[in-house]
Amino acid sequence: MADVKVVEVINLSKSFGDFTVLDNISLTVMKGENLVIFGRSGTGKSVLLKCMVGLLIPDNGDIFILGEEVRKLKIKGLNELRKNIGFLFQSAALYDSMSVRENLAFPLIRNFKFSKEEVEEKVVRALENVTLLDSIDKMPSELSGGMRKRIGLARSIITEPALMLYDEPTTGLDPITTKEISYLIRDLQEKLDMTSMVVTHDLLCAQIISDKAIVLKDGGLKYKGKLDELTKSSDPFLKDFFSFEKNEETPGV
Amino acid sequence: MTEIRLIEFFTNVGGLMQFSLRFFKYCFLPPYEFSEIKKHMDELGVKTLPIVSVTGIIIGLVLTLQSQPILARFGAEGFLPFMVSISVVRELGPVITALIFAGRVSSGIGAELGSMRVTEQIDAMEVSAIDPFKYLVVTRVIATTLILPLLVMYVNFLAIVGCYVAILLVNDITLQLYINQVIEAVKFGDLIPGISKTLVFGFIVGIVGAYKGYTADKGTEGVGKASTTSVVIASLLILIFDMILVKVSLWLWPM
Ligand SMILES: Nc1ncnc2c1ncn2[C@@H]1O[C@H](COP(=O)(O)OP(=O)(O)O)[C@@H](O)[C@H]1O
Ligand SMILES: [Mg+2]
Repeated sequence: MADVKVVEVINLSKSFGDFTVLDNISLTVMKGENLVIFGRSGTGKSVLLKCMVGLLIPDNGDIFILGEEVRKLKIKGLNELRKNIGFLFQSAALYDSMSVRENLAFPLIRNFKFSKEEVEEKVVRALENVTLLDSIDKMPSELSGGMRKRIGLARSIITEPALMLYDEPTTGLDPITTKEISYLIRDLQEKLDMTSMVVTHDLLCAQIISDKAIVLKDGGLKYKGKLDELTKSSDPFLKDFFSFEKNEETPGV
Repeated sequence: MTEIRLIEFFTNVGGLMQFSLRFFKYCFLPPYEFSEIKKHMDELGVKTLPIVSVTGIIIGLVLTLQSQPILARFGAEGFLPFMVSISVVRELGPVITALIFAGRVSSGIGAELGSMRVTEQIDAMEVSAIDPFKYLVVTRVIATTLILPLLVMYVNFLAIVGCYVAILLVNDITLQLYINQVIEAVKFGDLIPGISKTLVFGFIVGIVGAYKGYTADKGTEGVGKASTTSVVIASLLILIFDMILVKVSLWLWPM
């Protein structure tokens, strides 16, 4: 069980025009692991996650997720795979025209055959998880940035996917909410044996959830290892990076 | 400047054609999303009914008041109901309603889908294994295509009422006589081309707005651009297709 590869990326490259964003990236995530991805803004962390679910098509390389080769899948197979993957967007990407309840129920109603009561029960439970049950009838425009992120999180985990991809789950949140969300991500991993990849700038968040970490730099995967090995490294770039990242706040795009 | 605009227009037309082909491919594949289509039709109706009502009445009034003195000069005032109703049903009702519909709806759809694109809502749908093209684009385009003919019939009706009111202001005419003259004037062969071309106009309004929104550039200015350019392109295409369809309908249903 423990040594099942959930994600395997081999020699992945992606450019936009002449601009190479990802250059020959390879990585593996085993079942039940949380992989933290660091990197300065614009190094292609979001692009990496988007390639994994087929939102962007890589130029080169292979991506295996849950035993499927993503690039070889036709749209039907890709959609079957996507039902097992949760994706939290950097911007939360809540559906503006739907209430919080409808946002959460949407993937359940569309992709699974749950009864009305089961859907409602799952929606309530997911909202309790992010302590936002009282916002169930609000519209996204009535929520603060932090609340939107938590609702986005609730929506992406509501189907209990085998693999979760988090794009900056705590960026722009206050330290207390950051901690809550980080613990939630860890609990999900422990309770549901979920596997996840977490893009973050937040050392606190990373320390709570991480087994291992990688750092992207100039398009390449430059460092990988245990988190505390990386933070305590004497490498000049890493030293600089971790002293800086502690304070950096990037607003969601 | 105008040259750049023109190039932009033609690249738009190319993309638009591909987008339309995709629409026709998807439109016959289940699931059919009837409830979404109905929801959009309701919204479109509520959104456009006030302005379209005013337009209908005014077309009838103005056209009658304008033509009345001219016809009077030739002693052909009795011809008024005939002339007004045929122009409204064949041409003015469909085209003016479609242009107003484009202004209100193409921009709305462009802005709505554009902001969904920019804020990654469309990507989110795709990652949730829900086809956004089917759910967002196909439903809206079907809704605009089906609702415009209804709006046009309603506008035609109001314009003919407006014409009656305007005649009453100047002359005496019984309602019975007026209705008889209108029925005499408007043949089936006038109604069919007038209404069927509005299916095309409704499609244009929906597909242009959806295309500009769905393919909007990142960044908030992308949304504004999607919404304004879709009005321009939709209006232009409506006029171009009107010209083509008038030719076609005169050939199919000679006057
Ligand atoms: N769809 C796209 N088209 C063109 N360039 C893109 C696109 N998506 C991302 N990029 C570029 O790729 C680079 C990496 O972006 P991103 O992955 O969002 O960075 P981050 O590591 O901050 O998440 C950026 O320079 C961005 O401008
Ligand atoms: Mg990013």
